[in-house]
Amino acid sequence: MAYQLDFGPVLAQADRFAEGALMTLELSFAAIACGTLIGTAGAIAASFGSNWTKRAIACYVEAIRNTPFLVQLFIIFFGLPTIGLQIDAVAAALIAMSVNLGAYATEIIRAGVQAIHRTQFEAAAALAMTRWQTIRHVVLVPAFEKVYPALASQFTLMMLTSSVVSTISVEELTAIASVIDSQTFRTFESYILVMAIYIALALVLRGVFFAIGLLVFRRKRRVEILKTRPRGRPTVATAAEDTETSRGVAP
Amino acid sequence: MITEFSWNHVGLLLAAARWTVLVSLLAFVFGGLAGFIVALGRTARSPALRFVTALWIQLVQGTPVLIVLFLSYYGLSVLGLKLSPLVAATLAMTIYASAYLGEIWRGCIQAVPIGQWEASGALAMTRWQQLRHVILPQAVRMALPPTVGFSVQVVKNTSITSIIGLVELTRSGQLINNATFQPFQVFVVVALIYFALCFPLSTASKRMERKLHAHR
Repeated sequence: MAYQLDFGPVLAQADRFAEGALMTLELSFAAIACGTLIGTAGAIAASFGSNWTKRAIACYVEAIRNTPFLVQLFIIFFGLPTIGLQIDAVAAALIAMSVNLGAYATEIIRAGVQAIHRTQFEAAAALAMTRWQTIRHVVLVPAFEKVYPALASQFTLMMLTSSVVSTISVEELTAIASVIDSQTFRTFESYILVMAIYIALALVLRGVFFAIGLLVFRRKRRVEILKTRPRGRPTVATAAEDTETSRGVAP
Repeated sequence: MITEFSWNHVGLLLAAARWTVLVSLLAFVFGGLAGFIVALGRTARSPALRFVTALWIQLVQGTPVLIVLFLSYYGLSVLGLKLSPLVAATLAMTIYASAYLGEIWRGCIQAVPIGQWEASGALAMTRWQQLRHVILPQAVRMALPPTVGFSVQVVKNTSITSIIGLVELTRSGQLINNATFQPFQVFVVVALIYFALCFPLSTASKRMERKLHAHR
Protein backbone atom coordinates (compact mmCIF):
# COMPACT_ATOMS: atom_id res chain seq x y z
CA MET A 1 0.00 0.00 0.00
CA ALA A 2 1.51 3.28 -1.05
CA TYR A 3 1.31 5.98 1.58
CA GLN A 4 0.35 9.45 0.40
CA LEU A 5 2.05 12.24 2.28
CA ASP A 6 -0.51 14.88 3.21
CA PHE A 7 0.54 17.76 5.42
CA GLY A 8 -2.90 19.45 5.18
CA PRO A 9 -4.54 18.09 8.37
CA VAL A 10 -1.33 18.66 10.33
CA LEU A 11 -0.74 22.18 9.08
CA ALA A 12 -4.36 23.02 9.99
CA GLN A 13 -3.21 22.68 13.62
CA ALA A 14 -0.42 25.20 13.18
CA ASP A 15 -1.57 27.32 16.12
CA ARG A 16 -1.29 24.37 18.51
CA PHE A 17 2.21 23.66 17.27
CA ALA A 18 3.00 27.31 17.92
CA GLU A 19 1.66 26.97 21.48
CA GLY A 20 3.82 23.90 21.98
CA ALA A 21 6.88 25.67 20.65
CA LEU A 22 6.18 28.57 22.99
CA MET A 23 5.98 26.17 25.94
CA THR A 24 9.26 24.56 24.90
CA LEU A 25 10.92 27.98 24.67
CA GLU A 26 9.48 29.17 28.01
CA LEU A 27 10.65 26.03 29.78
CA SER A 28 14.07 26.26 28.13
CA PHE A 29 14.65 29.91 29.00
CA ALA A 30 13.47 29.45 32.58
CA ALA A 31 15.76 26.42 32.92
CA ILE A 32 18.64 28.34 31.34
CA ALA A 33 18.20 31.17 33.85
CA CYS A 34 17.99 28.82 36.87
CA GLY A 35 20.68 26.48 35.52
CA THR A 36 23.13 29.32 34.96
CA LEU A 37 22.55 30.58 38.51
CA ILE A 38 23.11 27.09 39.93
CA GLY A 39 26.13 26.65 37.68
CA THR A 40 27.71 29.95 38.72
CA ALA A 41 27.17 29.27 42.41
CA GLY A 42 28.40 25.70 41.95
CA ALA A 43 31.52 26.77 40.08
CA ILE A 44 32.41 29.38 42.74
CA ALA A 45 31.84 26.85 45.53
CA ALA A 46 33.82 24.17 43.67
CA SER A 47 36.73 26.56 43.08
CA PHE A 48 36.92 28.52 46.34
CA GLY A 49 34.95 26.47 48.88
CA SER A 50 36.18 24.19 51.63
CA ASN A 51 37.14 20.61 50.84
CA TRP A 52 33.74 19.36 51.93
CA THR A 53 31.93 21.85 49.69
CA LYS A 54 34.12 20.79 46.79
CA ARG A 55 33.34 17.14 47.43
CA ALA A 56 29.59 17.83 47.68
CA ILE A 57 29.60 19.77 44.40
CA ALA A 58 31.59 16.99 42.70
CA CYS A 59 29.01 14.44 43.88
CA TYR A 60 26.16 16.55 42.50
CA VAL A 61 27.87 17.05 39.14
CA GLU A 62 28.87 13.40 38.71
CA ALA A 63 25.47 12.10 39.85
CA ILE A 64 23.65 14.24 37.30
CA ARG A 65 26.08 13.75 34.43
CA ASN A 66 26.11 9.96 34.75
CA THR A 67 22.37 9.33 34.93
CA PRO A 68 19.71 9.86 32.23
CA PHE A 69 17.60 13.00 32.28
CA LEU A 70 14.46 10.86 32.01
CA VAL A 71 15.25 9.06 35.29
CA GLN A 72 16.01 12.38 37.02
CA LEU A 73 12.65 13.63 35.80
CA PHE A 74 10.87 10.54 37.17
CA ILE A 75 12.56 10.85 40.56
CA ILE A 76 11.38 14.45 40.82
CA PHE A 77 7.90 14.03 39.34
CA PHE A 78 6.93 10.70 40.95
CA GLY A 79 9.34 10.70 43.88
CA LEU A 80 8.86 14.14 45.44
CA PRO A 81 5.08 13.70 46.05
CA THR A 82 5.77 10.53 48.08
CA ILE A 83 7.83 12.58 50.54
CA GLY A 84 5.03 15.13 50.78
CA LEU A 85 5.96 17.67 48.10
CA GLN A 86 3.04 18.02 45.71
CA ILE A 87 4.17 19.54 42.42
CA ASP A 88 2.55 19.71 39.01
CA ALA A 89 4.12 18.45 35.80
CA VAL A 90 5.39 21.83 34.58
CA ALA A 91 7.09 22.57 37.91
CA ALA A 92 8.65 19.09 37.95
CA ALA A 93 9.91 19.58 34.40
CA LEU A 94 11.38 22.96 35.26
CA ILE A 95 13.10 21.64 38.41
CA ALA A 96 14.51 18.62 36.56
CA MET A 97 15.79 20.76 33.68
CA SER A 98 17.34 23.33 36.02
CA VAL A 99 19.03 20.71 38.19
CA ASN A 100 20.32 18.92 35.09
CA LEU A 101 21.57 22.04 33.34
CA GLY A 102 23.00 23.33 36.62
CA ALA A 103 25.35 20.36 36.86
CA TYR A 104 26.65 20.77 33.31
CA ALA A 105 26.96 24.55 33.75
CA THR A 106 28.90 24.04 37.00
CA GLU A 107 31.40 21.85 35.20
CA ILE A 108 31.72 24.22 32.22
CA ILE A 109 32.09 27.42 34.28
CA ARG A 110 34.49 25.70 36.69
CA ALA A 111 36.72 24.90 33.72
CA GLY A 112 36.66 28.60 32.81
CA VAL A 113 37.59 29.58 36.38
CA GLN A 114 40.47 27.08 36.37
CA ALA A 115 41.81 28.57 33.16
CA ILE A 116 42.41 31.93 34.86
CA HIS A 117 46.08 32.49 35.45
CA ARG A 118 47.51 32.64 38.99
CA THR A 119 49.01 36.06 38.29
CA GLN A 120 45.51 37.49 37.88
CA PHE A 121 44.75 36.65 41.51
CA GLU A 122 48.08 38.14 42.59
CA ALA A 123 47.31 41.31 40.65
CA ALA A 124 43.87 41.51 42.27
CA ALA A 125 45.44 41.05 45.70
CA ALA A 126 48.00 43.77 44.90
CA LEU A 127 45.10 46.11 44.13
CA ALA A 128 43.65 45.30 47.57
CA MET A 129 40.50 43.86 46.09
CA THR A 130 38.32 41.90 48.51
CA ARG A 131 37.56 38.22 47.91
CA TRP A 132 34.17 38.99 46.39
CA GLN A 133 35.50 41.80 44.23
CA THR A 134 38.13 39.41 42.92
CA ILE A 135 35.56 36.72 42.18
CA ARG A 136 33.19 39.18 40.54
CA HIS A 137 35.63 41.20 38.37
CA VAL A 138 38.74 39.06 37.96
CA VAL A 139 37.30 35.54 37.95
CA LEU A 140 33.72 35.43 36.73
CA VAL A 141 33.75 37.87 33.83
CA PRO A 142 36.78 36.38 32.03
CA ALA A 143 35.63 32.84 32.91
CA PHE A 144 32.24 33.45 31.31
CA GLU A 145 33.89 35.00 28.27
CA LYS A 146 36.06 31.94 27.84
CA VAL A 147 33.39 29.26 28.22
CA TYR A 148 30.45 31.13 26.69
CA PRO A 149 30.43 29.10 23.43
CA ALA A 150 30.40 25.79 25.35
CA LEU A 151 27.69 27.13 27.63
CA ALA A 152 25.58 28.28 24.68
CA SER A 153 25.71 24.88 22.98
CA GLN A 154 24.75 23.24 26.29
CA PHE A 155 21.72 25.57 26.39
CA THR A 156 20.67 24.52 22.89
CA LEU A 157 21.12 20.88 23.88
CA MET A 158 18.85 21.49 26.89
CA MET A 159 16.14 22.88 24.61
CA LEU A 160 16.30 19.67 22.56
CA THR A 161 16.38 17.49 25.68
CA SER A 162 13.22 19.21 26.93
CA SER A 163 11.29 17.02 24.45
CA VAL A 164 11.60 14.27 27.07
CA VAL A 165 9.28 16.11 29.49
CA SER A 166 6.40 15.19 27.16
CA THR A 167 6.43 11.84 29.01
CA ILE A 168 5.04 13.48 32.16
CA SER A 169 2.32 15.19 30.10
CA VAL A 170 3.79 18.69 29.88
CA GLU A 171 2.14 20.23 26.83
CA GLU A 172 5.29 21.18 24.96
CA LEU A 173 6.18 20.62 21.32
CA THR A 174 6.68 16.85 21.37
CA ALA A 175 3.53 16.25 23.42
CA ILE A 176 1.52 18.37 20.97
CA ALA A 177 2.93 16.31 18.09
CA SER A 178 1.82 13.07 19.80
CA VAL A 179 -1.68 14.45 20.40
CA ILE A 180 -2.06 15.67 16.82
CA ASP A 181 -0.66 12.39 15.55
CA SER A 182 -3.37 10.46 17.40
CA GLN A 183 -6.11 12.86 16.25
CA THR A 184 -5.23 13.07 12.56
CA PHE A 185 -3.43 9.72 12.08
CA ARG A 186 -0.84 11.69 10.14
CA THR A 187 2.06 10.24 12.12
CA PHE A 188 4.90 10.82 9.73
CA GLU A 189 3.80 14.34 8.87
CA SER A 190 3.35 15.38 12.53
CA TYR A 191 6.81 14.29 13.56
CA ILE A 192 8.52 15.60 10.41
CA LEU A 193 6.90 18.99 11.01
CA VAL A 194 7.92 18.97 14.66
CA MET A 195 11.44 17.99 13.64
CA ALA A 196 11.56 21.01 11.33
CA ILE A 197 10.34 23.25 14.16
CA TYR A 198 13.02 21.92 16.52
CA ILE A 199 15.74 22.48 13.91
CA ALA A 200 14.45 26.02 13.36
CA LEU A 201 14.36 26.66 17.13
CA ALA A 202 17.90 25.33 17.50
CA LEU A 203 19.11 27.63 14.72
CA VAL A 204 17.29 30.63 16.20
CA LEU A 205 18.70 29.91 19.66
CA ARG A 206 22.19 29.60 18.25
CA GLY A 207 21.74 32.96 16.51
CA VAL A 208 20.36 34.59 19.65
CA PHE A 209 23.22 33.31 21.81
CA PHE A 210 25.73 34.47 19.22
CA ALA A 211 24.18 37.96 19.23
CA ILE A 212 24.09 38.04 23.05
CA GLY A 213 27.75 37.02 23.05
CA LEU A 214 28.62 39.92 20.74
CA LEU A 215 26.72 42.37 22.92
CA VAL A 216 27.89 41.18 26.32
CA PHE A 217 31.52 40.39 25.62
CA ARG A 218 32.67 43.54 23.83
CA ARG A 219 35.92 43.54 25.75
CA LYS A 220 36.80 40.12 24.35
CA ARG A 221 36.46 41.36 20.79
CA ARG A 222 38.69 44.30 21.52
CA VAL A 223 41.30 42.10 23.18
CA GLU A 224 41.26 39.70 20.25
CA ILE A 225 41.64 42.48 17.72
CA LEU A 226 44.65 43.77 19.64
CA LYS A 227 46.08 40.27 19.61
CA THR A 228 45.68 39.79 15.87
CA ARG A 229 46.96 43.26 14.95
CA PRO A 230 50.26 43.05 13.04
CA ARG A 231 53.40 43.98 14.96
CA GLY A 232 54.41 46.93 12.82
CA ARG A 233 51.31 48.97 13.56
CA PRO A 234 50.75 50.79 16.82
CA THR A 235 48.99 48.50 19.28
CA VAL A 236 46.99 51.23 20.99
CA ALA A 237 44.32 52.44 18.61
CA THR A 238 42.32 55.63 18.96
CA ALA A 239 38.79 55.14 20.15
CA ALA A 240 37.31 55.89 16.73
CA GLU A 241 39.57 53.43 14.96
CA ASP A 242 38.85 50.79 17.57
CA THR A 243 35.09 50.81 17.11
CA GLU A 244 35.57 50.97 13.36
CA THR A 245 37.53 47.73 13.27
CA SER A 246 35.59 45.87 15.91
CA ARG A 247 32.26 46.37 14.18
CA GLY A 248 32.85 44.00 11.29
CA VAL A 249 34.82 41.32 13.10
CA ALA A 250 33.15 38.33 14.70
CA PRO A 251 34.89 36.61 17.62
CA MET B 1 -1.92 -5.89 44.02
CA ILE B 2 0.63 -3.68 45.68
CA THR B 3 3.89 -5.33 46.73
CA GLU B 4 6.87 -3.98 48.63
CA PHE B 5 9.99 -2.97 46.75
CA SER B 6 12.48 -5.72 47.53
CA TRP B 7 15.76 -7.28 46.46
CA ASN B 8 13.81 -9.38 43.92
CA HIS B 9 12.93 -6.15 42.15
CA VAL B 10 16.56 -5.07 42.19
CA GLY B 11 17.35 -8.38 40.50
CA LEU B 12 14.70 -7.66 37.88
CA LEU B 13 16.18 -4.22 37.27
CA LEU B 14 19.66 -5.67 36.88
CA ALA B 15 18.32 -8.19 34.39
CA ALA B 16 16.63 -5.39 32.44
CA ALA B 17 19.91 -3.45 32.45
CA ARG B 18 21.21 -6.10 30.02
CA TRP B 19 18.85 -4.62 27.41
CA THR B 20 20.20 -1.16 28.08
CA VAL B 21 23.70 -2.52 27.53
CA LEU B 22 22.63 -4.36 24.38
CA VAL B 23 20.96 -1.31 22.79
CA SER B 24 23.96 0.84 23.76
CA LEU B 25 26.40 -1.62 22.18
CA LEU B 26 24.32 -1.97 18.99
CA ALA B 27 23.95 1.80 18.72
CA PHE B 28 27.64 2.28 19.32
CA VAL B 29 28.76 -0.33 16.76
CA PHE B 30 26.37 0.74 13.98
CA GLY B 31 26.61 4.41 14.91
CA GLY B 32 30.38 4.10 14.86
CA LEU B 33 30.34 2.58 11.36
CA ALA B 34 27.95 5.24 10.06
CA GLY B 35 29.84 7.95 11.95
CA PHE B 36 33.08 6.85 10.32
CA ILE B 37 31.50 7.31 6.89
CA VAL B 38 30.15 10.71 7.95
CA ALA B 39 33.60 11.75 9.20
CA LEU B 40 35.22 10.66 5.93
CA GLY B 41 32.54 12.56 4.00
CA ARG B 42 33.14 15.69 6.07
CA THR B 43 36.85 15.58 5.26
CA ALA B 44 36.46 14.45 1.63
CA ARG B 45 37.79 16.42 -1.31
CA SER B 46 34.41 16.53 -3.06
CA PRO B 47 32.40 19.61 -1.97
CA ALA B 48 29.15 17.72 -2.60
CA LEU B 49 30.11 14.98 -0.12
CA ARG B 50 31.17 17.57 2.42
CA PHE B 51 27.88 19.41 2.01
CA VAL B 52 25.68 16.33 2.30
CA THR B 53 27.40 15.07 5.44
CA ALA B 54 27.40 18.57 6.98
CA LEU B 55 23.66 18.78 6.31
CA TRP B 56 23.16 15.35 7.91
CA ILE B 57 25.01 16.47 11.04
CA GLN B 58 23.03 19.74 11.23
CA LEU B 59 19.70 17.93 10.80
CA VAL B 60 20.37 15.24 13.40
CA GLN B 61 22.05 17.54 15.93
CA GLY B 62 19.15 19.99 15.62
CA THR B 63 16.53 17.32 16.37
CA PRO B 64 15.78 15.75 19.75
CA VAL B 65 16.66 12.04 19.87
CA LEU B 66 13.11 11.41 20.97
CA ILE B 67 11.74 12.76 17.66
CA VAL B 68 14.21 10.61 15.69
CA LEU B 69 12.96 7.65 17.73
CA PHE B 70 9.29 8.47 17.07
CA LEU B 71 9.98 8.85 13.36
CA SER B 72 11.75 5.49 13.15
CA TYR B 73 9.13 3.65 15.23
CA TYR B 74 5.75 5.28 14.54
CA GLY B 75 6.69 7.10 11.34
CA LEU B 76 8.17 4.15 9.45
CA SER B 77 5.32 1.85 10.50
CA VAL B 78 2.82 4.22 8.89
CA LEU B 79 4.94 4.15 5.75
CA GLY B 80 4.56 0.36 5.78
CA LEU B 81 7.82 -0.62 7.48
CA LYS B 82 6.90 -2.17 10.81
CA LEU B 83 9.96 -2.37 13.06
CA SER B 84 10.11 -4.02 16.45
CA PRO B 85 10.91 -1.63 19.33
CA LEU B 86 14.44 -3.06 19.53
CA VAL B 87 15.15 -2.49 15.83
CA ALA B 88 13.56 0.97 15.84
CA ALA B 89 15.53 1.90 18.96
CA THR B 90 18.76 0.67 17.38
CA LEU B 91 18.02 2.57 14.18
CA ALA B 92 17.26 5.84 15.99
CA MET B 93 20.29 5.58 18.28
CA THR B 94 22.47 4.73 15.25
CA ILE B 95 21.30 7.85 13.42
CA TYR B 96 21.90 9.92 16.56
CA ALA B 97 25.37 8.48 17.22
CA SER B 98 26.44 8.74 13.57
CA ALA B 99 26.02 12.51 13.55
CA TYR B 100 27.79 13.15 16.85
CA LEU B 101 30.61 10.63 16.29
CA GLY B 102 31.02 11.89 12.72
CA GLU B 103 31.52 15.42 13.99
CA ILE B 104 33.90 14.32 16.78
CA TRP B 105 36.01 12.25 14.39
CA ARG B 106 36.05 14.96 11.73
CA GLY B 107 37.72 17.21 14.29
CA CYS B 108 40.29 14.52 15.04
CA ILE B 109 41.08 13.89 11.37
CA GLN B 110 41.48 17.62 10.77
CA ALA B 111 43.67 17.97 13.85
CA VAL B 112 46.36 15.84 12.20
CA PRO B 113 48.90 18.39 10.90
CA ILE B 114 48.59 19.18 7.20
CA GLY B 115 52.28 18.33 6.76
CA GLN B 116 51.38 14.67 7.29
CA TRP B 117 49.06 14.81 4.26
CA GLU B 118 51.69 16.57 2.20
CA ALA B 119 54.47 14.20 3.21
CA SER B 120 52.43 11.09 2.41
CA GLY B 121 51.30 12.72 -0.84
CA ALA B 122 54.94 13.34 -1.72
CA LEU B 123 55.52 9.59 -1.30
CA ALA B 124 52.92 9.04 -4.06
CA MET B 125 50.45 7.42 -1.69
CA THR B 126 46.84 7.29 -2.85
CA ARG B 127 44.19 9.04 -0.77
CA TRP B 128 43.22 5.73 0.86
CA GLN B 129 46.80 4.81 1.63
CA GLN B 130 47.31 8.23 3.21
CA LEU B 131 44.24 7.75 5.42
CA ARG B 132 44.94 4.13 6.24
CA HIS B 133 48.66 4.34 7.04
CA VAL B 134 49.31 7.95 8.04
CA ILE B 135 46.28 9.98 9.06
CA LEU B 136 43.90 7.58 10.80
CA PRO B 137 46.46 5.98 13.15
CA GLN B 138 47.22 9.46 14.49
CA ALA B 139 43.58 10.58 14.51
CA VAL B 140 42.46 7.49 16.46
CA ARG B 141 44.80 8.37 19.32
CA MET B 142 43.17 11.77 19.67
CA ALA B 143 39.67 10.40 19.08
CA LEU B 144 39.68 7.88 21.91
CA PRO B 145 38.89 10.12 24.93
CA PRO B 146 35.96 12.05 23.36
CA THR B 147 34.60 8.82 21.85
CA VAL B 148 34.51 7.07 25.21
CA GLY B 149 33.00 10.25 26.66
CA PHE B 150 30.26 10.17 24.04
CA SER B 151 29.48 6.52 24.85
CA VAL B 152 28.15 7.84 28.19
CA GLN B 153 25.65 9.96 26.24
CA VAL B 154 24.60 6.88 24.25
CA VAL B 155 23.99 4.80 27.39
CA LYS B 156 21.98 7.62 28.98
CA ASN B 157 19.95 8.28 25.87
CA THR B 158 18.89 4.62 25.56
CA SER B 159 16.60 5.45 28.50
CA ILE B 160 14.19 7.19 26.14
CA THR B 161 13.65 3.95 24.20
CA SER B 162 11.44 3.05 27.17
CA ILE B 163 8.89 5.47 25.69
CA ILE B 164 8.29 3.23 22.66
CA GLY B 165 7.90 0.22 24.96
CA LEU B 166 11.31 -1.40 24.92
CA VAL B 167 11.57 -3.03 28.34
CA GLU B 168 15.05 -1.86 29.28
CA LEU B 169 16.19 -0.41 32.59
CA THR B 170 13.95 2.67 32.73
CA ARG B 171 10.84 0.87 31.45
CA SER B 172 11.17 -1.95 33.96
CA GLY B 173 11.62 0.71 36.62
CA GLN B 174 8.26 2.15 35.56
CA LEU B 175 6.66 -1.30 35.60
CA ILE B 176 7.99 -2.07 39.08
CA ASN B 177 6.87 1.37 40.23
CA ASN B 178 3.35 0.55 39.01
CA ALA B 179 3.39 -2.60 41.15
CA THR B 180 5.01 -1.22 44.30
CA PHE B 181 4.16 2.47 44.14
CA GLN B 182 7.46 3.40 45.74
CA PRO B 183 8.79 5.68 42.98
CA PHE B 184 11.57 7.21 45.05
CA GLN B 185 13.22 3.91 45.92
CA VAL B 186 12.66 2.36 42.48
CA PHE B 187 14.01 5.24 40.40
CA VAL B 188 16.93 5.90 42.73
CA VAL B 189 17.98 2.26 42.24
CA VAL B 190 17.49 2.68 38.47
CA ALA B 191 19.64 5.82 38.59
CA LEU B 192 22.30 3.96 40.61
CA ILE B 193 22.48 1.21 37.97
CA TYR B 194 22.87 3.82 35.20
CA PHE B 195 25.55 5.47 37.31
CA ALA B 196 27.38 2.16 37.67
CA LEU B 197 27.34 1.81 33.87
CA CYS B 198 28.32 5.38 33.03
CA PHE B 199 30.73 6.46 35.76
CA PRO B 200 33.56 4.06 34.80
CA LEU B 201 33.24 5.25 31.19
CA SER B 202 33.39 8.95 32.03
CA THR B 203 36.29 8.37 34.45
CA ALA B 204 38.16 6.41 31.77
CA SER B 205 37.52 9.20 29.27
CA LYS B 206 38.85 11.81 31.69
CA ARG B 207 41.95 9.74 32.46
CA MET B 208 42.72 9.16 28.78
CA GLU B 209 42.28 12.86 28.09
CA ARG B 210 44.78 13.72 30.82
CA LYS B 211 47.26 11.17 29.43
CA LEU B 212 46.94 12.57 25.91
CA HIS B 213 47.63 16.10 27.10
CA ALA B 214 50.25 15.14 29.64
CA HIS B 215 52.68 17.66 28.16
CA ARG B 216 50.36 20.55 29.00
